[in-house]
Amino acid sequence: MFSDILTVMWKERKGLLRYQGSRTRAVLGLLIPMVMLGIYLPLQIGRALVEGPWSLVASVFIPMMSVGMMIPESFAGERERHTLGTLLASRLPDRAILFGKVAVAVGYAWGMALMLLLVSLVMVNVTHWDGQVLLYTPIMALANVALSLLMASLVAGLGVLISLRSATVQEAQQTLMAATLFPLVLLQMIPLLLLNVVPDGKARLRELVATANPTQIILIVMAVLVVLDLGLLMAAMARFKRARLILD
Amino acid sequence: MTETAIRIENLTRDFETVRAVDGLSLEVPSGIIFGFLGPNGAGKTTTINLLLGLLEPTDGLAEVLGFDTQAQADEVRARTGALLEHPGLYEQLSAEDNLEFYGRVWHMTPAERQARIKELLTHMGVWERRKERVGTWSKGMKQKLALARAMLHRPPLIFLDEPTAGLDVVAATAVRDDLEALAVREGVTVFLTTHNMAEAERLCGQVAVIREGRLVAVGHPDELRARTGGPRLEIFGRGFNDNVLNLLRTRPEVVAAGVQNEHLAIDLREGTDVAPLVSLMVSTGVQVEEVRRGKASLEEVFLTLMEEER
Repeated sequence: MFSDILTVMWKERKGLLRYQGSRTRAVLGLLIPMVMLGIYLPLQIGRALVEGPWSLVASVFIPMMSVGMMIPESFAGERERHTLGTLLASRLPDRAILFGKVAVAVGYAWGMALMLLLVSLVMVNVTHWDGQVLLYTPIMALANVALSLLMASLVAGLGVLISLRSATVQEAQQTLMAATLFPLVLLQMIPLLLLNVVPDGKARLRELVATANPTQIILIVMAVLVVLDLGLLMAAMARFKRARLILD
Repeated sequence: MTETAIRIENLTRDFETVRAVDGLSLEVPSGIIFGFLGPNGAGKTTTINLLLGLLEPTDGLAEVLGFDTQAQADEVRARTGALLEHPGLYEQLSAEDNLEFYGRVWHMTPAERQARIKELLTHMGVWERRKERVGTWSKGMKQKLALARAMLHRPPLIFLDEPTAGLDVVAATAVRDDLEALAVREGVTVFLTTHNMAEAERLCGQVAVIREGRLVAVGHPDELRARTGGPRLEIFGRGFNDNVLNLLRTRPEVVAAGVQNEHLAIDLREGTDVAPLVSLMVSTGVQVEEVRRGKASLEEVFLTLMEEER
């Protein structure tokens, strides 16, 4: 089983290096976010990027965007390009196909997020050098490492389920983007609700921010993500079965 | 390997209200190219999916290489190769990488993979182009590559679902030549679905004809021709008028007579002596240039079987 997963990963990685048939596109797909979030953002924000929660933006959005593109390509793409039938007619176990594809998408997104954090850190130190090396706080470093992995897994699990129900890659990518962005929009609305609907909302929000323990919040978010990730992975395992896929 | 490569008993598969395969019973001997013929929607692809264990039958059972396709589907897939409705190639990868991937899938060692890929691509005449992206290849070349992929791990049985469909004459002939040469050289059993009767006639040691999921006939192409169509006489020349045709149709040994493509085609009963008929025509003023004896083609047999079923 493990060697079968590695085989699927080998193929996925090869395809990744030739995204839509072009090596240039694959390199650009890596360079553009690197320049935007790894160079431009540190230049704009400066030390606050390392000292505050700004780095979490990259840890959340990079996995969301890259897994959101890769998983539909990998799953819905196999059906759209008529390669799924042949893959299913081979001796590969269902789970090796599933895990191999998910592992490459999550690994790529996680690696990219970690690389971005490192590039950002170097950029901030270079451009805002004050004689001392600036580092992420331990809790922020942990949050970045764990959140980027958990977010990548979350979007991957959701992406598999959506891709298996979508007729085309484009449909899967659009649905997946909508499904991942909708909860974030909802989360942004909570402070607004507190401000406008709840009496004395501004004061309450200020109190909430002042009394909140960032470590506790991060741990709670991570615990929720772990539960969601496991649930989605199990749902994907139940759905990704030959007998069902061949009829889709 | 077992003497029988595939054994099917009363195999049935329903899709909601449609019965795609209807009580199919069949045996495919090892080491031959077995043609599975039928019009579009006859149930050919569904049968292949059932034999590969990709679909579960509604009723009946099938054994492939001695393995139950339901209980031992993994064993079946581990020992077979397939070229399905579409070539199933990764167009962004090179030809070599496509085969490399499936070589890894079949757990071939690196040395085995390298040697086999070279052997197959050289045989197909595309070794020099192995590094090119498959997406840039012609349809015929892709189909050849897909055929190579199906045979890569030397399976004793391969399923080919209309391998020459949609190809031009030159590409189809090239694929057919490769298939025939490889099947003979490697002693592989081939389960070939097609609606190209000339292809089946040329390649297949045995054929089965299905319609609406039901088996209509099975046997060697010659047997089917003998069973369904009798001997035939084709006369080329001039003077095939209505009087001649009417006279022929009154003869007890003549089943049917008509002018086709400027020659006279006469279907005869078995054991008919042809010489008196030719003399008769000459005596009625027909100018005979050439006389050919033959039998109905597989295509004509197929059409007859389809008509009978209606």
